[in-house]
Amino acid sequence: MSDHKTMTINLVVWRQKNANDTGKFENYTVKGITGHHSFLEMLDVLNEDLIHAGKEPVNFDHDCREGICGMCSQVINGMAHGGQERTTVCQLHMRKFKDGDTIYVEPWRARAFPLLKDLVVDRSALDRIIQAGGYTSCHTGGVPDANSTLIPKPAADESMDAAECIGCGACVAGCPNGAAMLFTGAKVSQFAVLPQGRPEAKQRVLNMVQAMKDNNFGNCTNHYECQAACPKGINVKFIARMNREYFKAQF
Amino acid sequence: MILDGKSPTGPIQQSWDKYRFDLKLVNPSNKRKYTIIMVGTGLAGGAAAASLGELGYNVMAFCYQDSPRRAHSIAAQGGINAAKNYPSDGDSVYRLFYDTIKGGDFRAREADVWRLAQVSNNIIDQCVAQGVPFARDYAGYLDNRSFGGAQVSRTFFARGQTGQQLLLGAYSALSRQIKAGTVQMYTRREMMDLVVVDGVARGITCRNLVTGEIESYAADAVCLATGGYVNVFYLATMAKNSSVTANWAAHKKGAFFANPCYTQIHPTCIPQSGEYQSKLTLMSESLRNDGRVWVPKKKEDCGKHPNDIPEEDRDYYLERKYPSFGNLAPRDIASRAAKEQCDDERGVGPGGRGVYLDFSTSIKRVGAAKIKERYGNLFEMYEKITDEDGYKRPMRIYPAPHYAMGGLWVDYNLMSNIPGLFVLGEANFSVHGANRLGASALMQGLADGYFVIPYTIGGYLASIKPYGTSTDPSEFKQSADEVKERINKLLNVKGKETPTHYMRELGRLMWNNCGMGRSKESLEENLKKIPELHQEFLQNVKVAGTGAEFNQQLEAAWRTQDFFEFGPLLVRDALNREESCGGHFRVEHQYDDGEAKRNDADFCYAAAWEYKGENKEPELHKEPLKFENIHLAVRSYK
Repeated sequence: MSDHKTMTINLVVWRQKNANDTGKFENYTVKGITGHHSFLEMLDVLNEDLIHAGKEPVNFDHDCREGICGMCSQVINGMAHGGQERTTVCQLHMRKFKDGDTIYVEPWRARAFPLLKDLVVDRSALDRIIQAGGYTSCHTGGVPDANSTLIPKPAADESMDAAECIGCGACVAGCPNGAAMLFTGAKVSQFAVLPQGRPEAKQRVLNMVQAMKDNNFGNCTNHYECQAACPKGINVKFIARMNREYFKAQF
Repeated sequence: MILDGKSPTGPIQQSWDKYRFDLKLVNPSNKRKYTIIMVGTGLAGGAAAASLGELGYNVMAFCYQDSPRRAHSIAAQGGINAAKNYPSDGDSVYRLFYDTIKGGDFRAREADVWRLAQVSNNIIDQCVAQGVPFARDYAGYLDNRSFGGAQVSRTFFARGQTGQQLLLGAYSALSRQIKAGTVQMYTRREMMDLVVVDGVARGITCRNLVTGEIESYAADAVCLATGGYVNVFYLATMAKNSSVTANWAAHKKGAFFANPCYTQIHPTCIPQSGEYQSKLTLMSESLRNDGRVWVPKKKEDCGKHPNDIPEEDRDYYLERKYPSFGNLAPRDIASRAAKEQCDDERGVGPGGRGVYLDFSTSIKRVGAAKIKERYGNLFEMYEKITDEDGYKRPMRIYPAPHYAMGGLWVDYNLMSNIPGLFVLGEANFSVHGANRLGASALMQGLADGYFVIPYTIGGYLASIKPYGTSTDPSEFKQSADEVKERINKLLNVKGKETPTHYMRELGRLMWNNCGMGRSKESLEENLKKIPELHQEFLQNVKVAGTGAEFNQQLEAAWRTQDFFEFGPLLVRDALNREESCGGHFRVEHQYDDGEAKRNDADFCYAAAWEYKGENKEPELHKEPLKFENIHLAVRSYK
């Protein structure tokens, strides 16, 4: 349990002042890291060191630090969230690395996600996809009793599988085409399998797919990199379901 | 001053319905003439912004995150209470009302709690209509689980991600209104100040966290749904960027801060593993449905592998001390019991600050697959953080700061003492008294947002003429100038230590001297030490970068500064309250068996503090609490 051994980690971190700056990699060394440090806590140590040395700390998005808010977003050694299965950066722990390792840290890279600073990008394009139709148009109040529509457990479970998406954008960062198909497919599917979602199913899928196009996301060419990168294990079957919903909506 | 909470009188069963009917209405075609500012987009703020936009008001919503979907409501795991009584196990609106008042140790207003219990059922209906995938049974009906402080199963859940699913429901409703143009969304904005014109809340001053610009926004009413302040302890289960900043800004502009000493310490968190630790992670209380809490009976067993300690040498202390509630004793009680065992040197894990949460009995009874279905994501999370398998070895847990029952003072309309300033959700003090029961935070956030503020804010707006959104009044510029000056001061200290260093030190003082056990001495020590540390911070903090750019260090420094100013208020409130109740435990006030000893004769009131200026003592105002429906009694879970 107690890791008395500490590690020295070499970091190669993307630094970029703002969207107009060209940006470059910088090398840093951080010492005294234990296996119990989370990846972000290791970066905290780096930043404290940088500030003490009179240098600019590295900016990175983070908030809940328990793998659910979807704020953290780093490509580590070429893999979105670092490559541990079903894990966000904040839940990635340094015990997955070895003393002396060199780790490359980069921001999400996708045409739809303009860079703001260092490892921080603008993911508002994902919000715009939801705004295009990721809801049921129920009003506040005036809805029926929650048990008045029975929902078979398998449907509720499948809807929940899709709804687990945290909107971090790793699927987009992992995709060679910068597509948001897994993100959009999950939201389309969450509603498609529920009776509450059926009345607007056609318009929803058409509008959300159009929003993907309008917001510079690429298309799907079945690499499944999105599923591999997804910290919540969202399955690519939801892309297939979205495609099916999309075709059905044509008629 | 004796405060008036504007609680309705008469039979409580009709109180909200009657009050709602008596509220003035804003005509549909007039609603579009009013603008409302919503700060924070969690359950309370998101639900409120969506509902108010849908009603026809112009809403400007603000959040510090990059998207309204990320507010910390998202981290709530276990569930949301409602008095549906679907399992027919004896639940009712009255019972939920009773449990919440009792759970809060008789320190909340009856009428507010009644309303909460009453609308709880609407919330479940609303969320299902939104497509929230609550757990269902094989017949297709909604499933329920049990939570602490209740003997009925009234908690609705979506795996271990209930908060996430409810927040995404509110976020989807909000997104629909953003698309419709009724809500203007401003992300990556931090509210730095409240603008008050002629005694009325008229707007806010924000920092654009991307560009660093200081921006002013004006409206006819300002709502704060800005969450709780327990990051004042540094190590807490809150999101890293949660702060007291917005609430503190409002307090400095005149809003009373009520019961800041009521903080909840959650019993089931993953223990701290080292100094570098940046936050603590909560494991849902729902785990106590199937997990049994124990420590070794003998001190010498503490270092052993738990599976090598025989049954007869284990002390299932919650089952022993509270036989009728057992492992589902309320949070404050379960937390203090864990601390007692560890103080008795029978704690386990690093530093002896941990107790076991053991699933082996339940796994034997229902099988590992069933346990995995119920809590799979929690076991996964536990393993990622600790590198231990909770199915094979008992989890280690320890209490951690988790929730603020205290907050800005509001009346029954959720309006603060500043006209036009409303406070929703965790940010206000209204319904949880001195202790919140599990699965009630989500209920309150959504109740305030969907079913309370849409009515009560109308009553206020109907009484004023629209002011418009012009930021011409000189107070806006004055506020912006003050914010800029405060930022420049921080940047110009150019000292040696980082904001995080000071936040950690402040947190240590707060946790050690004002945490689970508080004494006159420890509190007085804090009143001396916090200002000293604050002075050091002001002279020695080092904030990298400039104000006119994306600068997370400046954000941290600003929030830390507010925590330094706020901390002493919390301590002072704890010092004033010479009793133990709920999450506030004064070691001087306990029964022989260690249970909290309330003092209803002298402290049956909400303590609302008024800011009197920098380095001046705040003034205490009291709102007496009346219990007409529930008899004041010693709170027992034995």
